[in-house]
Amino acid sequence: MAAPRDGTLSWFLALTLGVSLIKFLLIKAYHSTDFEVHRNWLAITHSLPVSKWYFEETSEWTLDYPPFFAWFEYGLSHIAKYFDEEMLVVQNLTYASPATILFQRLSVIFTDLVFVYAVKECCKCVQGGKRPRDILGSPSFVLAVLLLWNFGLLIVDHIHFQYNGFLFGVFLLSVARHFQGRHLEGAFLFAVLLNLKHIYLYIAPAYGIYLLRSFCLIQDNSDGSLKWRNFSFIRLAALGIIVCSVFALSFGPFLALDQLPQVLSRLFPFKRGLCHAYWAPNFWALYNAADKALSVLGIKLKLLDVAKLPKASMTGGLVQEFQHSVLPSVSPLITLICTLISVSPALFSIWHRPCGARGFLRCCVICALGSFLFGWHVHEKAILMAILPLSILAVESKDDAGVFLILATTGHLSLFPLLFTTPEFPIKILLMLLFTLYSFTSLKRLFRHGVAAGRGQGSSPAGDSEQEFGVVRLHGLVHSHDPQRYEP
Amino acid sequence: METWAVASICVLLGLTARWTVSLNSYSGASKAPMFGDYEAQRHWQEVTFNLPVRQWYFNTTDNDLKYWGLDYPPLTAFHSLLCAHIANLINPDWIELHKSRGYESPAHKFFMRATVIFADVLIYIPAVVVYCLYLAQGSSKTKSSALLCILLYPGLILIDNGHFQYNSVSLGLALWGVLGLGCGHDLLGSLAFTLALSYKQMELYHALPFFWYLLGKCGKLGLTGKGLILLVKISLTVLVSFALCWLPFLFDPQQTLQVIHRLFPMARGLFEDKVANVWCSLNILVKIKTLLSVDTQIYLSFGTTLLAVLPSSIKLLMKPTFWQFRLALMNSSLAFFLFSFQVHEKSILLLMSVILSAPPFVLLSMLPLLLKDNLFQPYIITSLGFIVFSLYLFSAVDRSSVDDLRLGPCCRLTGTNFLWFSFSTVVKLQFALSVLTMAGLSFMSAALEPPAKLPDLFPVLVSACACVHFLGFLLYFNLVQLTESPRSDKKKIN
Repeated sequence: MAAPRDGTLSWFLALTLGVSLIKFLLIKAYHSTDFEVHRNWLAITHSLPVSKWYFEETSEWTLDYPPFFAWFEYGLSHIAKYFDEEMLVVQNLTYASPATILFQRLSVIFTDLVFVYAVKECCKCVQGGKRPRDILGSPSFVLAVLLLWNFGLLIVDHIHFQYNGFLFGVFLLSVARHFQGRHLEGAFLFAVLLNLKHIYLYIAPAYGIYLLRSFCLIQDNSDGSLKWRNFSFIRLAALGIIVCSVFALSFGPFLALDQLPQVLSRLFPFKRGLCHAYWAPNFWALYNAADKALSVLGIKLKLLDVAKLPKASMTGGLVQEFQHSVLPSVSPLITLICTLISVSPALFSIWHRPCGARGFLRCCVICALGSFLFGWHVHEKAILMAILPLSILAVESKDDAGVFLILATTGHLSLFPLLFTTPEFPIKILLMLLFTLYSFTSLKRLFRHGVAAGRGQGSSPAGDSEQEFGVVRLHGLVHSHDPQRYEP
Repeated sequence: METWAVASICVLLGLTARWTVSLNSYSGASKAPMFGDYEAQRHWQEVTFNLPVRQWYFNTTDNDLKYWGLDYPPLTAFHSLLCAHIANLINPDWIELHKSRGYESPAHKFFMRATVIFADVLIYIPAVVVYCLYLAQGSSKTKSSALLCILLYPGLILIDNGHFQYNSVSLGLALWGVLGLGCGHDLLGSLAFTLALSYKQMELYHALPFFWYLLGKCGKLGLTGKGLILLVKISLTVLVSFALCWLPFLFDPQQTLQVIHRLFPMARGLFEDKVANVWCSLNILVKIKTLLSVDTQIYLSFGTTLLAVLPSSIKLLMKPTFWQFRLALMNSSLAFFLFSFQVHEKSILLLMSVILSAPPFVLLSMLPLLLKDNLFQPYIITSLGFIVFSLYLFSAVDRSSVDDLRLGPCCRLTGTNFLWFSFSTVVKLQFALSVLTMAGLSFMSAALEPPAKLPDLFPVLVSACACVHFLGFLLYFNLVQLTESPRSDKKKIN
């Protein structure tokens, strides 16, 4: 149920403007190789015909996002030519004139407007507190700050350089539409999102199960169990048409050109290895570390022969395939199975006892976390996929707020290695302090008087909640509990 | 939210703005052979570290005064010495005598930027926090908003963290002086201001109000009893602290004279470059710089400055309240800026320290300087942010009734009635006009080429417009100070 807005939205505008000004001030900051990646894609999509997009290999940063993102870059390239035409030449590798930098940075700042709109929609969905007069203490305001001023998003997008703001905008908008009961729009947006960046496959199971259970099955029995007779084929067909047409639009041209295998091999490069060059703090990082420790121990205790061990070092900073020395090697299939096992309780939960849009959102967070922990070649930036949606739950429930604070703080800390240059060092410390200080004090204040609308305060009176604990890992504790019954 | 949390967030935002502006270029970057203020500061570290004290202010074989010779008082020199010692620990190449001229590297830039921000954090920011939270009036929301706006003031950030200077040290110390006086700690306040004056001689702009306020206060306490004791104590504090700062230069009269000669370069003329004061603007119409001899110029500026400062000083002496003191600070700095000798654009910063609502023209007047340093982008962003946020947080344009602007007594005295416009409309119009002019002139200065016959057209226009505005403000603040009635002492604008 959408809550009414608190007063005017002038504070929202002020927040947006404030963070945008910081983004502008960061134009001159360090940018990573991702900058060159996107410049290269601008060049490829502008200068070459569609048939060559996924074959072009002049630069090592080949196109590995789905077609919609390629079209997005194509659209941007038409504006880019007014800034500096040289950046659109494919052969101009690592070209970074001031005009190029300005254009690219501005493109991120302006596409963030999608994110701003999505945040506005999410704030509308959040239930207001008992004291609507106090704007600064209302859940909508806190949520707006937690999302708009999110530290991770700021440094990954506006310093490191990526377009996550735009993509998360589409994602959060889809979530907001589900909260508002506009499920077809939400499904459409998610289909579009998958064709913009396929990493969101991490949370596709949540969407699938939720839509099947809560959208296609119109009514439940009085005890909440399935009532197959109420299965709406029309709704299923509508969903199917929407999703299929989006995918057809996206992959159609490449299907026609008979390039589908090439596109898929670009999208899913399994040769890249179990871990990224910078280890994401997930389960396999621990696994690798344990393997290394055991092999060192084994050599010391003369149980292993040094000559027989594989030579490739996992910490070498190179991205390649290698075998583990002591523990069994891990293949992509194994990571998939582990991921599915870790998220299946949550998926089962929203199938068996659906709890509306909030339950779905919680499941999204769990799917994101599960995939982060057990996925193949995970980037540490993927933690944002769990932190951002959790913000919405955090302003409504005390327990979620507690989990959010731990997850956000540790997740953001894990992003620190992304910015390793000296001039940016104080900036990342300051921004981290800002976000952490604000999140702790505002969430504490929000729940000090029990302001939140009595949600998620632990076990329901009927005592039918289950507590599941995820993996206790070095970087945080994750727990999920069965959400209470909510109206969709 | 608790005050400490809000204050911390404001401080963190202020520091973030400073560090991000620090990413940009600095004064004289890569501009051999003279470079700019950044190189001047580095050179002073070199000079103070490698040469004995008696050579610092003199022209010797090792110390060429023409290449950024020291022209600030001794405390700046000691500060440079301290920085030089730290630099020596990190990389002695940065301050090697003669060889390090024009030294530029990313690591060195980070070090220099860090010294500025360290000084900010140590001196200026705590002063602002204490001022806003304890001395300013209003709700906690007003105080926090004031804190945020002062910390985000673009002028100081762009000059200190962009162009490169250490104004925050002298401004911070002067602010501690104001705080001391405001809380009744006259001795500590005097000490702080003496230190400020020993750091940069520009603080003389603020010196007269300090003097008259303390003298008036002693007078009110009775010049034969408690007043005299206080006067003696203050005088001793001031003299001893001056002596301590200037100690190495007091043993030889030649040293003292040379330092003073360096601090007040009379031979350089009434003004240099384009600055938003009366003499530069007058020079457009009447070439006074060339018509009058240097001596006449000195007397002229001396006389007019004293005249401009006289009404405010007398009023302060007669009525030494803290509110009068703050007004007098504003008037004195405006008067000095507009009329005194050898004023630099950066001195405009001295106008903003006490009163919050710094007009857009203060920022605009620094534009030519910032354009030279490639700081146009941060200038636009920070100015925009500051104007928008001060407008949003204070609804400044709404507080423009006659009462709010404290012109009530003035209007009653002179019997003026703004018949055909309502007063608030006039103020709103004026504010809108100044913002528009600022935007227009900024755009023209950055984007357009001046005509060949008038190559300095834009800096001159900017300075002239700003000068007119400042004269207006001088008039306004003088009116407010002079016509203040005894009963309105309790209300204070933040």
